[in-house]
Amino acid sequence: MESKENIIVVKDLVKKFGNFVANDHLSFEVKRGEIFGFLGANGAGKTTAIRILCGLSFPTSGEISVAGYDAYKEREAIKRNIGYMSQKFSLYDDLTISENIKFYAGIYGLAPKIIKSRTAELLSRMGLEDIHNRLIRDVPLGWKQKLAFSVAIFHNPSIVFLDEPTGGVDPITRRQFWELINEAAAAGITVFVTTHYMDEAEYCDRVSIMVDGKIAALDTPEQLKKIYKTKEMNGVFLTLARGAKNN
Amino acid sequence: MKRYWGFVIKEFYHIFRDFRTLLILFGIPVAQVLIFGFVVSNEIRNIKISILDYSHDEVTEKITNKIISSGYFELYSHLTDYSQIEPAFRTGNVKEVIIFEPGFSSKLGKTGDAALRIVSDASDANTGRLITSYTQGIVMNYLQELMGQNTSVPFTIDTRTRMYFNQGMKGVYMFVPGTMAMILMLISALMTSISITREKEMGTMEVLLVSPLRPIQIILGKVSPYIVMAFINAIMILILGNFVFKLPINGSLVLLLLETILYITLALSLGIFISTVAKNQQMAMFISMLVLMLPTILLSGFIFPIENMPEILQWLSAIMPPRWFIIILKNIMIKGTGILFIWKETLILMGMTSIFIGLSVKRFKIRLE
Amino acid sequence: MSEIQVKNLHKSYGDIEALKDISFEVDKSEIFGVIGPDGAGKTSLFRILTSLLLPDSGSVMLAGLDVVKDYDKIRKIIGYMPGRFSLYQDLSVEENLNFYATVFGSSIEENYDLIRDIYVQIEPFKKRLAGKLSGGMKQKLALSCALIHRPEVLVLDEPTTGVDAVSRVEFWDLLHKIKLEGITIIVSTPYMDEAARCDRVALIQKGEIMSISKPEAIHKGFTRILYELSPGHGAYRLLKNIRNEEWCANAWLFGQSVHLTLDTNKEETEFLEYAKREKLSSKKITAGIEDTFMELMRKA
Repeated sequence: MESKENIIVVKDLVKKFGNFVANDHLSFEVKRGEIFGFLGANGAGKTTAIRILCGLSFPTSGEISVAGYDAYKEREAIKRNIGYMSQKFSLYDDLTISENIKFYAGIYGLAPKIIKSRTAELLSRMGLEDIHNRLIRDVPLGWKQKLAFSVAIFHNPSIVFLDEPTGGVDPITRRQFWELINEAAAAGITVFVTTHYMDEAEYCDRVSIMVDGKIAALDTPEQLKKIYKTKEMNGVFLTLARGAKNN
Repeated sequence: MKRYWGFVIKEFYHIFRDFRTLLILFGIPVAQVLIFGFVVSNEIRNIKISILDYSHDEVTEKITNKIISSGYFELYSHLTDYSQIEPAFRTGNVKEVIIFEPGFSSKLGKTGDAALRIVSDASDANTGRLITSYTQGIVMNYLQELMGQNTSVPFTIDTRTRMYFNQGMKGVYMFVPGTMAMILMLISALMTSISITREKEMGTMEVLLVSPLRPIQIILGKVSPYIVMAFINAIMILILGNFVFKLPINGSLVLLLLETILYITLALSLGIFISTVAKNQQMAMFISMLVLMLPTILLSGFIFPIENMPEILQWLSAIMPPRWFIIILKNIMIKGTGILFIWKETLILMGMTSIFIGLSVKRFKIRLE
Repeated sequence: MSEIQVKNLHKSYGDIEALKDISFEVDKSEIFGVIGPDGAGKTSLFRILTSLLLPDSGSVMLAGLDVVKDYDKIRKIIGYMPGRFSLYQDLSVEENLNFYATVFGSSIEENYDLIRDIYVQIEPFKKRLAGKLSGGMKQKLALSCALIHRPEVLVLDEPTTGVDAVSRVEFWDLLHKIKLEGITIIVSTPYMDEAARCDRVALIQKGEIMSISKPEAIHKGFTRILYELSPGHGAYRLLKNIRNEEWCANAWLFGQSVHLTLDTNKEETEFLEYAKREKLSSKKITAGIEDTFMELMRKA
């Protein structure tokens, strides 16, 4: 793999809520076009870190740069250059496919002409032309997820954040989804995935595992499995997270 | 029985743990009674009036004095001619003009029929109506006194019951029963429908249904805490009415409380019925607000007199439970009458209650569809 | 006789057929897994089992009782954990447990030995409100609540959804202990990797059961030739390349590797030549549950 520039640089990120340290000196880099997995048990501090990276909350201390912008001073610029998709919040159930696309494109201020041409292109690529007037609530979950991802990268962001993106779908649909993610990554979009499902972790180029507010491990899934001598990422995670619980 | 108590205790936990629920339950009723009460009693105080007295005799002087000393009115000016009336209103200072026809006292003595005209500024229709009826009340009051002294002369008396029994002519008399009807309806129906739909939303209803509890047990367990809460509320409102606004309870307190419990039960069964229709808390809230609160205010005779409504609205008002409860309240509290005078209204409330309970039990499903 | 007997079950909502002719049996004190994606019909099936829904046709017998006719008796002998943990968020751990105990006419003390293993884990937080518990703790409390009246059959609808990996492992350990008490457990999950923890597994998709087998025998549903290709990096590029080849019947990403399905021996030889030419490391493998699931989906 050719060496690429860093798109996210985090140095000694600390976030405290009162006496509670949610993020304890996190340091990592994510490269352009990388699929980066951000794992951790419930309450390990994932959500806190992501909020900071998305420009939704201030860090207590540390140097953070996202897409070349500073997480303290240039939060609006960060927001313009990222996309976000979550299983819980993505598309509006009572709007049609086209209306959802138009709405999100509008948020990012794309010109009507561009919206029109890109929408047509997106619908045809996903084979949704015939049903573009269907309400999202009547669209199967798998399509919804794929559509939500396409909408999240509709404005060509540098980075897209995915929060537990593929829960509850069949194995084929899930793979189609990950092919979409790979395609976006190949096109230079950095993909930042949080999940606590280890099978999603297997698809990432590199994976970090957070335990009790710290990054306990960061490497390729291959390498991590070698280090922790297991066949699956699940084993790596259990070793690390259980260690934390026994403390 | 143990199951029932377990359920009731759980409901009380829900109520006491949620600050907002408590605030709605106890804060809002108190605030509403006080606000309505004070707004109403402040409305009619020191209203400026002018007198156009063509007669200037003993009776007209007495009536004038009585009106001015009532505390509601203040004499602004004496007029001498009809033509001065309109300019007086135009200035905006005068809200009412009272006109005595020439030879008022002698006409009253001879024929027992004298004309007194009340002209009021109706740019604010409600105030206009109120001050007119206050004035009428005072005049009527005077006539009664006269009649008491000399029963041989048959004076003409307008017997508009509302004014007649509301001798102090306080607006609070109208508003406290109305507010009480509205608050009890809201609290009972809104709170039960919300607390049942919340279980549906949280998925806990699924487990309750799968448990050996019967629908009637679930309903009773849900409802009983709110009967207690609503009853406490009713008592709070009565105490406030009595101490703050000097609203008497002339009739039987026991009967009053029994009728209140009947009305609360009706409102609760309405709440259960709403919860069987509504899918979530939001919908339950909307239905309670739109279907219960607005009609209670608009159609129950609480603010707008029923007899002034178009016929179709009068019919609509007949299916509003608060309408009948307000009649019952006024009868017991103000007129001091007993069950003999309100058995019809009581029967209507009972009928409505059994209809809603029946509908609810029928609609409350033992399954999810 | 089997503890749960499901025969020719059908259920539709309007035009949508949620369950199409479902039949299976579950033995006493067996852990029976129903695995399939969201919308496969798992929840509808479980709601019929718990007498919450009526089937359009077909029958379900639980411990010899009919779920339609004897619903009131059924409700005394089942423990149910719906998809969303049905806890009262504003009641404490202890209050939740007490409430469910009284509702089922039981008490914590009466069946303490059954829930002890779970309860000792949540006991330190017994005064905490359920809404303030972590996902794993909520899940354990919900399980305790479902067990509090010592049910004969335990019905768990997606109990591990939204819970972290450590809690999931602990949860399955608990189920195996409960099973030893003679309790029959039927559990659904969208996560294929949990199949290994069940005694028997039904794979369900679009309202149809595609296969029922022991977890170690699931791979028998896969009858074609399967290779795992490990390119090191660039699995996605490899996937796109080999999909254009004639011999490729099917290819899917599996993490950083690619699983390739081949139909005939001729295709296999052609592929092996390709792998040699491209210096691609590959090995023939036995199908996993996901391979099998996809294969069954293709056949359906």
